[in-house]
Amino acid sequence: MKVTDLFKEGKFVVSAEVGPPKGINVDHLIEEAKEYLGRCDAINVTDNQSSVMRVGSLAVCKALKDAGLNPIFQLACRDRNRIALQSDLLSAAMFGIENVLALTGDHTKMGDHPQAKPVFDLDAVSLLHTMGLLEKGEDLGGNKLDGEAPSFAKGAVVSPCSDSVDAQLLKMERKVAAGAEYFQTQAVFEPEKFIKFMEKAKQFGKPVQLGIIIPKSVGMCRFMNANVAGVHVPEEMIEELKADKEKTKAGITGVEIAARIIRECKPYCEGVHIMSLGWESKIPGLLEQAGI
Amino acid sequence: MLMTRLKSNEAIASLVDGKVFIINCHGCKEVGFPEEEAKALQKELFAAGKVTGIMTTDYICNRENMKLRLSYHKDEIDQADMVLIFSCGVGVQTVSEYLEDKKVCAACDTIRLPGFQGVTPQEVDCGQCGECFLNLTGGICPITACSKSLVNGPCGGTKDGKCEVNDCMECGWERIYRKLEAMGRLDVLRCPTQIHNFATDDATKECKQSK
Repeated sequence: MKVTDLFKEGKFVVSAEVGPPKGINVDHLIEEAKEYLGRCDAINVTDNQSSVMRVGSLAVCKALKDAGLNPIFQLACRDRNRIALQSDLLSAAMFGIENVLALTGDHTKMGDHPQAKPVFDLDAVSLLHTMGLLEKGEDLGGNKLDGEAPSFAKGAVVSPCSDSVDAQLLKMERKVAAGAEYFQTQAVFEPEKFIKFMEKAKQFGKPVQLGIIIPKSVGMCRFMNANVAGVHVPEEMIEELKADKEKTKAGITGVEIAARIIRECKPYCEGVHIMSLGWESKIPGLLEQAGI
Repeated sequence: MLMTRLKSNEAIASLVDGKVFIINCHGCKEVGFPEEEAKALQKELFAAGKVTGIMTTDYICNRENMKLRLSYHKDEIDQADMVLIFSCGVGVQTVSEYLEDKKVCAACDTIRLPGFQGVTPQEVDCGQCGECFLNLTGGICPITACSKSLVNGPCGGTKDGKCEVNDCMECGWERIYRKLEAMGRLDVLRCPTQIHNFATDDATKECKQSK
């Protein structure tokens, strides 16, 4: 099912994220998704996230779909040239996977194969443009496709708390011009920044899902502050996690913080996207506390 | 001046906006410079009354030399709405950085030149990609100033203005955005989606054969 249809129905769209393992056994991932993500409208499958080599996003999307779940195929431009990207898009459509999230992708140097050649033949903007061409029955080389053209729900990402937010908004505008139909954001820990961003982003008229990471520990927050672009956990939130170590370890404080951020931002956006980073089991409780 | 070819007439016509000051760089023109075509085009612009002055020099990539030469043409440059440069990408970037308030455009594409060791300065770099993007990026090269060589805007990997891949490097797209913003030219970034053509080896072959 296309997530764009859900936005059109006016639904507050909830998606979560699963990260494929570095290996071929995905039974555990599928079982967890079935157990904890049943309330989600869609499930993103990351594509060699953080440039770390894993089993493929498309294969895991197919496995989720076979298990009766609704996958979003994350497709990054880092590892594939325009031939492979288009080929994978056709493969996704062949399997009935319609939700695609177009990403430029992290640089190869950030991952576990820093010697690899970064491709970036296309980027997120030109990938969205290419998806539009395929939908018209044509490829980027100007050749006709055989038979029925594929149809996608074309998603993209944006970083609302980036310190260069105006440049991010311009990039968002280019993604909309290239065919993006909805957006998922980088993780938000500063609701006031997100709300300001949304005031400017609403001119594009595209649904935006608030990005959420459940803060697991003080160390995780410090790590993100030092290393993850566009993510900043305020000091008072870190103090909150410090206050009761047992409560934090059990995930209670993290879920409270995440639920509070969702409640504050909900009136300003069209959905939420939860990057649980292994804490899939916390998602049902989080949604309940957030009043979704 | 590395190996260059002229952009199409339509592409150059779309750049020319008001009065133009023209710079030709003959620094290493023996390597490959479309001299006749450039002359013919400049003659046309001149006849149309669009040219405030023409400067032909060598090695505009040499900053001190470039500044001195440009000082002789200050009035002509002031009268012009833009500067059109017939040189490689290094020359365009060097002038663009110096004339920071002026619209500076590239009339040529720089083609890959195998084996050329170069006399160009280290401060700016031309990727010799065969399809110059400088006119869409305020004269800052997205191929060499961005770790991912992105041509449609920044990725999300900027932290404190630095590239997350290399914290000694300023984010190239942040520089491009700031420069165009300061010039009041952010609309340039609302151009159609760019798709890089990687099949420019043929141009290298053609250019070498024609010599």
